Amino acid sequence: MEFQLSCPIPKSEYDKVLIAHGGGGTLTHQLISKIFLNQFGNEYLNQLHDGAIFEINGSKFAFTTDSYVVKPIFFPGGNIGELAINGTVNDLAVCGAKPLFISTGFIIEEGFEIEELWKIVLSMKEAADKAGVMIVTGDTKVVEIGKGDKIFINTSGIGLVYDGVDISPKNAKVGDVIILNGRIAEHGIAIMSAREGLEFETKIESDTAPLNGLVEEILKASKKISVMRDPTRGGLASALNEIASSANVKIEIYEKEIPIADEVLGACEILGLDPLYIANEGKILVFVEADDAEKVLEAMRKNPYGKDSRIIGRVTEEGSPLVTMKTLIGSTRIVDMISGEQLPRIC
Amino acid sequence: MKYLSEFRDPEAARILANKIREVTKHNWKIMEICGGQTHSILKYSIDELLPEQITLIHGPGCPVCVTPLEMIDKAIEIASRPDVIFTSFGDMLRVPGSKLDLLSVKANGGDVRMVYSPLDAVKIAQSNPDKKVVFFAVGFETTAPANGMSVLRAKELGLKNYSILCSHVLVPPAIEALMSGFNSNINGFLAAGHVCTVMGYEEYFPLVEKYKIPIVVTGFEPIDILQGILKCVTLLEEGKNVVENEYSRAVRREGNIAAKEIIRKVFEVTDRKWRGIGLIPKSGLKLRDEFADFDAEKIFDIGDLKVDEPEICIAGEVLQGLKVPTECPAFGKECTPENPLGAPMVSSEGACAAYFHYKKTKTN
Repeated sequence: MEFQLSCPIPKSEYDKVLIAHGGGGTLTHQLISKIFLNQFGNEYLNQLHDGAIFEINGSKFAFTTDSYVVKPIFFPGGNIGELAINGTVNDLAVCGAKPLFISTGFIIEEGFEIEELWKIVLSMKEAADKAGVMIVTGDTKVVEIGKGDKIFINTSGIGLVYDGVDISPKNAKVGDVIILNGRIAEHGIAIMSAREGLEFETKIESDTAPLNGLVEEILKASKKISVMRDPTRGGLASALNEIASSANVKIEIYEKEIPIADEVLGACEILGLDPLYIANEGKILVFVEADDAEKVLEAMRKNPYGKDSRIIGRVTEEGSPLVTMKTLIGSTRIVDMISGEQLPRIC
Repeated sequence: MKYLSEFRDPEAARILANKIREVTKHNWKIMEICGGQTHSILKYSIDELLPEQITLIHGPGCPVCVTPLEMIDKAIEIASRPDVIFTSFGDMLRVPGSKLDLLSVKANGGDVRMVYSPLDAVKIAQSNPDKKVVFFAVGFETTAPANGMSVLRAKELGLKNYSILCSHVLVPPAIEALMSGFNSNINGFLAAGHVCTVMGYEEYFPLVEKYKIPIVVTGFEPIDILQGILKCVTLLEEGKNVVENEYSRAVRREGNIAAKEIIRKVFEVTDRKWRGIGLIPKSGLKLRDEFADFDAEKIFDIGDLKVDEPEICIAGEVLQGLKVPTECPAFGKECTPENPLGAPMVSSEGACAAYFHYKKTKTN
């Protein structure tokens, strides 16, 4: 039999925005670096931190913004409003800041039920109170039916950076130990099962939570924290890859130390998804010098959002950014940045 | 997941790896047919645990990778029509056709939806009577029963707006093609466990006779794969060319009779072109004539698209196990998962994508 040893060359780049450009992976990064940084780049933005950190009259502030377009807007474990507050609170917290003021922008589709809006607003109020932040300014726009998808929310936030704290992904250094505060991939799987109508024996709930209290405990426990990050969209793997490349270091994680709920793992197995790339909304990665690791772990475990904290890896080497994982069977593999959306496999 | 963790146990893996080292005396090239196994092998770096004499060759068992370019272009053509809702498994959406992929069709306003089961596509057809709903029926013997079932279900419901674009492929003819090819250097095969769950393994008996090779039915977890390799090497060292089942917790000799019956009822065997390999006789499934009303190729006048595949990337050689992805000059450079030049870089089961994510030899 004759074989054709050839393969096609498809189009090289997309000339329209794809959903995958918003997936938090390589395509998102391409969009950011080729378009946004290209035009907006400056000393603050170029750091690509969760928020910008700047000084005014001797005080250091953190400033961040995020938009929430989650579908469905109500999901097991939370809703879009609570998520919008917690997400921005957490982005400020991982900058080493105490979140203070939040703005909210609503884009609402004509015909949206006022009762649903009430539910969302009440849970935003509750989340803001819990996190100790004030919603101090806002905006409302209504778009025609079909021009939006029920409701989109943007929140921005300002926080005051704790004295003497310098947290940045570029600070990760050899010897740092990496601590994670609990089970991963729950938010992403909760959303996916609600969206696709997938049912599992146990209900998988989003882990959405405000982490500023936990961060305060961490910063009290140690002065040797170099990086904190909330591994949201793109999951643990994307967050670690971003840190590795910001700091130009190699990171090693241990598969057996990464906690995943059985039902989440089961859902991932069925769908052919890798939990390392699935979104979290109440998780934090803390990079701390090894000799302070125990102190930080102890402090974290006292907080309800940190009770399952454990060491999942360390920074091993300088140069050539790379994340590797010791697998369950004892071999080592690369944990790469994901390219676009994770797509469930055929079989 | 306690049941699964048994099959990812480091101690069991170490013991199996040691046994493999003990029995291996000669150089052997073993091909795992299935993309799911390729994915596991690279995800767990199983090759690291093997002695140097054993080379694992990654076979053409990724349905996404071998779906011919014309078929992708047909899918894109159909999906672009305003009266169509095009449904597909997730990882087909990013496969490049000759100009676009299905995700680009979606970005251009086409109604392209990811589904987890073809029966969901039937539901979409039920609730959208004014639209034509098409499901992209790709895959090996594993997905054929459910895809066939969707056609039977649509017929039972009297739906006139549901069809499948059928591009099913079959494993045994691919093994046959690889062994009869001009450059077959494969000593043994790990047969795809899930395919055998459906089909059983009787169809491999003539192949081991004809080509004097052992075939071991193998599962997908690291321990399954190591067991499959151990059995295959043992058979090779003993010179036994037989079929063995190392995935007995899922596979019976006769397979799943009900599933086979659905396949037989809905589909018939046809010649099929494999992307990167070419036409393999009797290597695919098409809808039987009595189901012509559900055959998207017949319903939509898409003509006979013929697309030439320019000779640039080495996907063909990779899919036949003649080369490893890192031997490709474009690997990790011009060709990445964001910008795939060939199909094996698209699906996470594709050998190139698996190498890229878990190895990246060239780029490091």
